[in-house]
Amino acid sequence: MSLSLPEASNFAVPIDRMFNAMLVLCGGVTLGVFVVMFWFCIKYRRGSDANREGRHSTKMGLELSWMLIPFLLFVGIFAWSINLWTLLRRPPAGAMPVYIVAKQWMWKVQHVNGRREIDTLTVPLGVPVRLIMTSQDVIHSFYIPDFRVKQDVVPGRYTALWFVATRLGNFPLFCSEYCGTDHAAMTGTVKVVSREDYQKWLKASTALPPAEQGRQLFVQFGCSGCHDPGSGIRAPVLRGVYGSTVTLADGVTVTADDRYLHDAIVLPATQVVAGYAPIMPTYQSRIDEEDVLLLMAYIKSLGPQASPAQTGVTHAQR
Amino acid sequence: MNAAVTSADAESMGSGYLVEGGRTLWSWLSTRDHKRIGILYAVAITTFFFMGGVAATLIRLNLIYPDGRMLSAETYNKTFTFHGVVMVWFFLIPSIPATLGNFLLPLMIGARDMAFPRLNLFSWYLYMVGGLFTVAALLLGGVDTGWTFYTPYSTMFSNSNVILVVVGVFVVGFSSILTGLNLIVTTHMMRAPGMHWYRLPLFVWAMYATSVVMMLATPVLAMTLSLIGLERLAGVGIFDPALGGDPILFQHFFWFYSHPAVYIMILPAMGVVSELICNGVHRKIFGYKFMAWSMLSIAFIGFLVWGHHMFVAGQSMYAGIVFSILSFVVAVPSAIKVFNWLTTLHKGTIDFHAPMIYALGFIGLFTLGGMTGLFLAAVALDVNLTDTYFVVAHFHYIMVGGSVMAYLGGIHYWWPKVTGRMYSETIARIAAVLMFVGFNLTFFPQYILGYEGMPRRYHQYLPQFQDLNILSSIGACVLAISYLMPLFYLGHSLFRGEAAGPNPWQATGLEWTTSSPPPEHNFHETPVVTHGPYEYCD
Repeated sequence: MSLSLPEASNFAVPIDRMFNAMLVLCGGVTLGVFVVMFWFCIKYRRGSDANREGRHSTKMGLELSWMLIPFLLFVGIFAWSINLWTLLRRPPAGAMPVYIVAKQWMWKVQHVNGRREIDTLTVPLGVPVRLIMTSQDVIHSFYIPDFRVKQDVVPGRYTALWFVATRLGNFPLFCSEYCGTDHAAMTGTVKVVSREDYQKWLKASTALPPAEQGRQLFVQFGCSGCHDPGSGIRAPVLRGVYGSTVTLADGVTVTADDRYLHDAIVLPATQVVAGYAPIMPTYQSRIDEEDVLLLMAYIKSLGPQASPAQTGVTHAQR
Repeated sequence: MNAAVTSADAESMGSGYLVEGGRTLWSWLSTRDHKRIGILYAVAITTFFFMGGVAATLIRLNLIYPDGRMLSAETYNKTFTFHGVVMVWFFLIPSIPATLGNFLLPLMIGARDMAFPRLNLFSWYLYMVGGLFTVAALLLGGVDTGWTFYTPYSTMFSNSNVILVVVGVFVVGFSSILTGLNLIVTTHMMRAPGMHWYRLPLFVWAMYATSVVMMLATPVLAMTLSLIGLERLAGVGIFDPALGGDPILFQHFFWFYSHPAVYIMILPAMGVVSELICNGVHRKIFGYKFMAWSMLSIAFIGFLVWGHHMFVAGQSMYAGIVFSILSFVVAVPSAIKVFNWLTTLHKGTIDFHAPMIYALGFIGLFTLGGMTGLFLAAVALDVNLTDTYFVVAHFHYIMVGGSVMAYLGGIHYWWPKVTGRMYSETIARIAAVLMFVGFNLTFFPQYILGYEGMPRRYHQYLPQFQDLNILSSIGACVLAISYLMPLFYLGHSLFRGEAAGPNPWQATGLEWTTSSPPPEHNFHETPVVTHGPYEYCD
C-alpha cells in the first residue's frame, strides 16, 4: 500500500503539485470545520457555564465574508486548473501519432510504420506522443494512472490524448468507462522504452506502412473501381481531399478532417458531395475501425504534400 | 372515524390518524391522509433500501479478493447496476421528500392536508408500479448497464432487461414530478394565517427548492429514457453512431437530469439538518435568509453544471472550462450553509440527543464530500480522478454520508410525532456514532484507492489495491450493523415505547403543537402564526 503513485509523464508532476496544494487547502478547511464543531459542542454543551450573552441571529459581514473568501479561493484554484487543462488538451504540433482502436474488451494499437500491438502500448521516452483513438463498439476510456491522463474513446468520433513519457518501465493501462461484461479485464501495459529501442522495435516489424496497407484495402474493398482517376464511374477524386473544404449536396461546407473521411466511408449517405449522385454503398458492417484508419492513411498519402506516406506524421490538428 | 379524541387518548399509541381513518389494510391503501401516505412511502423505501443494501454487501464481499472470486463478472455488473438504480430512484430521491416531506410539510405550515390528496396517493402507486418493473427486471435476470444507462451500450449492446428497468424508472419519475407539484402547491396555497414565507421552517424551504428541481429536471429524464426505448426497440438512430446518432448527446441529456437529481437528494437533507440543529442547540438558526436563499440558488445553479460529468467524455476544451467554473460557483452556497450551521452552535445550549448526533455527523461527512467535490470540479485534477474510486467515495459521502444520515436523523427526530412513542435513546446514540465510524471506514479508503488509479465498476483489480479494499469491506460490515440497528429498536418502540407527548424535544414549530400522533386533520383548530420558526428562549 503506497500513497505515492509513480510520476511517469510530463503531466504527473504539475498535476500532483496542484493535487497536493488542494489537499493542504481543503484538508485545512475540513480540519477547521471539525475543530470548530467540537470546540463549540464542548463549550456550549447543556450544563456548561459558558457565557451565552449577546448572541446574534445574523451578521451581514460574516455572511458576506464566507461567501466571498471561498469564492475568491475557488477562482484561484480554477485559474490554476485551467492552465493545466489547456496544456493537457493542446498537443505540440510535432507529436508522434499512434492510433488506438478500442473494442470489447481489448486495446488495438497501430504505430506510424504499420506495426501493431494488442493490450500493450510501446512508446519512446521523452517524445511527445499523441494518441488518436476511436471505438469499434461502445464507449471505453483510455486511462494511464501513472501518467495522470485519461480520455474517453467514443464510437463514431476520434478523440485524442497526448503525453511525454518521462520514466522507463511498464505502467498499467485501464479501461475506465464501463463497457460491458469484461470491463475489468480490459487492461494493458504501457511500455516506455528508450528512443533507440523504440526505433529498433519499430523496424523489427515486417508490416507494410499504413498507407500501403490502405492502398491494398482500397483495391480489395472495390473503392478503386469508382474513386481511381481512371475509373469510368463519376465519383469524387480523393487526391488532396484531406484537409480541403468540401461542399455537400445540401449546401453545407465542411472541412474534410478525420471524422469526415471516417463517416464518408462508413455512412456515405450522410454527407454526399455536391454534384455527385448518392450511389456509394455503406461499408458499415463490412469494414472495421482499424481498416478505416488504414484507408484514411492511404487517402491522406494521396495529398499534394510531399510524400507523407513515408513519414506518416502529417496528422493535422483536429 | 373515531369522533371522541380526548387528549389522554392522543397521548397514547393507537390513536390520532393511526386509527381515525380506519384500521384495515384497505383503509391504508386507499388513504388520502398525507401522514398515512408518508408512512406507505417509508415502508416501501425501507424495503428498497435493504434490497439495495444487500447488493452493496455483495459488491463489498466480492471486492475482498483482487480476482473477484465470489461473483462472476456478469453478476457483479448486474449487482452494482441494481444497487445504483434502486438506491438512486427508489430510495434516495423519494426518501426525505416523499416520507418526511409528505408527513411534515402540511403540519409545519399549519394545513389540514396536502393540496391534492388523491394525486398524492396516486404518486405512491406510481412509485410502486415503477418498483415492480425494476424488481421484475431483477428476477428475470437483471440489467448490466450501470444506473447511468450509457449509450450505445444500453441501446445496442447489452443483452439484459434494459427496457423493463427503463420503464420502471420512467414511471417512478412521474411519481417524483407529482410529489414535487403537490409540495409546491401546498406551500403556496395552504399556509396557515400569519405563516409568511420568512416564517417557514427551513425544512419547508428545502422541500420547495427540491420540488422545483423535481418538476423541471425529471421530464428530461423521461424524455431521455423514451429515446433509449425508441433506439433499442425500434432501431431509430439517436445515440448509436452506427445508426447516425451521437452517444455524447445521451450523456448531455442524462446529466442534465442526473446532476440536478443529486440536489434532489441533498437539499432535503439540508432542510432536515437545519431543523435538527436548531432543536439540538435550542436557539434560532444563524442567517435564516441566507440559509433559505442558498438552497434556492443551489437548485438554480445546479441546472448549469451537468457537463462536469463529461470532462473527458469528448466535449470541447472550452465546455470543460465553462462547466468547471460553474461547478465552483455552486459550491459557494453549500459553503454558506456549513458555516451557518457551525455558527448556530455558537452560544447555544447543546443537547446531544440521537438526532443531533446524526446532524453533526452530517455536517462532518457533507464537508468531506463537498471538499473532495472541489478536486473534481478542478478539471485538470478531474482528468485523473474521474471514473475512479475517488468519485465513488465523493458521491457516497454526499448521498450516503449526507442524505442518509440526515434522513435517519429526521426519522429519529420526528419518530415520536409519527408514532406517539419514544425509542431507546442510548441505543440510538450508539447506532448514530457507529454509522459515522462505519461510514468513514468504508468510504475513506476509497478516496485513496481512486487517487492510486483504481477504476470504478471493476469486478477484479490489481493486487496492490487489496489492502484498502479489505478495509473498506470491513467498514461496510460496521455500516450494515448500524443500519440494521434502528430496525430493531424503532420496531421495539412501535409496540413498547413510552408515550412521547406532543413535544418531547421542547421544539418550536407547528408540528409540535398538535398531539402525537396528530389527529387525522392535523389540528383541531387552524393555528395562527405570530413569529418565526425557531423562537427558542433559553
